[in-house]
Amino acid sequence: MSTETAFDLDAPWQIHPQVSVRPERFGALLYHFGTRRLSFLKSPALLNVVRELDTASSARAACTTAGIAAAELPSYQGALATLARSQMIRARSES
Amino acid sequence: MTLPLVEQFQYGLDAPICLTWELTYACNLSCVHCLSSSGRRDPRELSTAECKAVIDELERMQVFYVNIGGGEPTVRPDFWELVDYATAHHVGVKFSTNGVKITPSVAQRLAQSDYVDVQISLDGATADVNDAVRGTGSYATALRAMENLAAAGFKGFKISVVVTRHNAGQLDDFKAIADRYGAQLRLTRLRPSGRGADVWDELHPTAAQQRQLYDWLVAHGENVLTGDSFFHLAAYGESLPGLNLCGAGRVVCLIDPVGDVYACPFAIHDNFLAGNVRSLGGFTTVWRESELFADLRHPQTSGACTSCSAFDSCRGGCMAAKFFTGLPLDGPDPECVKGHGAQALSTVDGGVTPRPSGDHSHRRVALSIGRRPPDRACDESPLAGLAR
Repeated sequence: MSTETAFDLDAPWQIHPQVSVRPERFGALLYHFGTRRLSFLKSPALLNVVRELDTASSARAACTTAGIAAAELPSYQGALATLARSQMIRARSES
Repeated sequence: MTLPLVEQFQYGLDAPICLTWELTYACNLSCVHCLSSSGRRDPRELSTAECKAVIDELERMQVFYVNIGGGEPTVRPDFWELVDYATAHHVGVKFSTNGVKITPSVAQRLAQSDYVDVQISLDGATADVNDAVRGTGSYATALRAMENLAAAGFKGFKISVVVTRHNAGQLDDFKAIADRYGAQLRLTRLRPSGRGADVWDELHPTAAQQRQLYDWLVAHGENVLTGDSFFHLAAYGESLPGLNLCGAGRVVCLIDPVGDVYACPFAIHDNFLAGNVRSLGGFTTVWRESELFADLRHPQTSGACTSCSAFDSCRGGCMAAKFFTGLPLDGPDPECVKGHGAQALSTVDGGVTPRPSGDHSHRRVALSIGRRPPDRACDESPLAGLAR
């Protein structure tokens, strides 16, 4: 139903400032205070990627720092696209 | 990834995802289906300081938000103080109200906070249907509150409807009301809890209405919220949005006005009482160490349901609905879409269904005005003739 919007791995991203992250055994719970929506990170590895976003030069760099193998990148790109659609993460403007 | 999320949640979390906190049993209304049998304040209710200590714990546990209810929570004199305290401590608040205190100025204030959400209860799209359940004038009160919120620019507040036999045909009308005020519609299930036990037989939707409700919810997808209330309907086929599991004691719980912690808001009964926030270790210890919650986090036995083709979808339905209708917990939900619940209910002896642990309903004092004339014309004493 939803059209897949391409997620730009080479752009800088950040956790939305209104989002709170709670680590859990399975990964993490995310809550967006603006949209009042809950999301789940379904693995600790994805949590690591998301945590790296704020400081990494790009989403691709965040994946590398978090130890994601090149072969796994497409599935992480998909997960990040989902998070971007629900505004859990957003493009970071370089200043 | 190991287990699907639903499997993970069945084993519980270190802290609830969200919890319901009923701040007071006091209420200006006497809704016939009140889950908590509210009406009168309980003298043992948590003090302002005790409430703040609970909020401190929730902040430490990283509970994102609490669903505050009652009773009517806004009648607590310290209500706004507690809301401000919670949001200042990174605990978001969504509170349920009948709208009685949502004046234009309160609405202005609420519209300014990202961390407060409001849920107005409405159980009929017309005054006659609503007021029959919630009391005379309650429809007007709720709509005035909605007007005030909309006028203040509060976008996306919730309108919360308990689906009954009398309003199940009004779903489009409820949606129209929500759209008119820029609000979001939330439909929840009628539970046989609290005073709801007394009216469930006559108010719960018919099987045909359940089917229509399911189709309507599927058609509206994520635009209509359900609080995961109708997961028993997943047995019709496609799951509705949400976790689709019983979160009692695993991802949700209830703190009642006196600090008692129950497995879920629909299960105010000693059998589901896990502890009290006033005890040593507070809420955190109750959540993490109570025996009841440990039990609920083990795989549950589901009896005959296990062999049903729909079991993976509905998981046997709602624990509270079974309990308060007198059905065994390891059997079908009373509103099982396969009809197993109706069959099981026909064998329940109505005299033995469990009663809620507390009742704070307004006392119905039988006022009878003596119509007997004085015994003699000159009897002036008010006690005349009553001496016997």
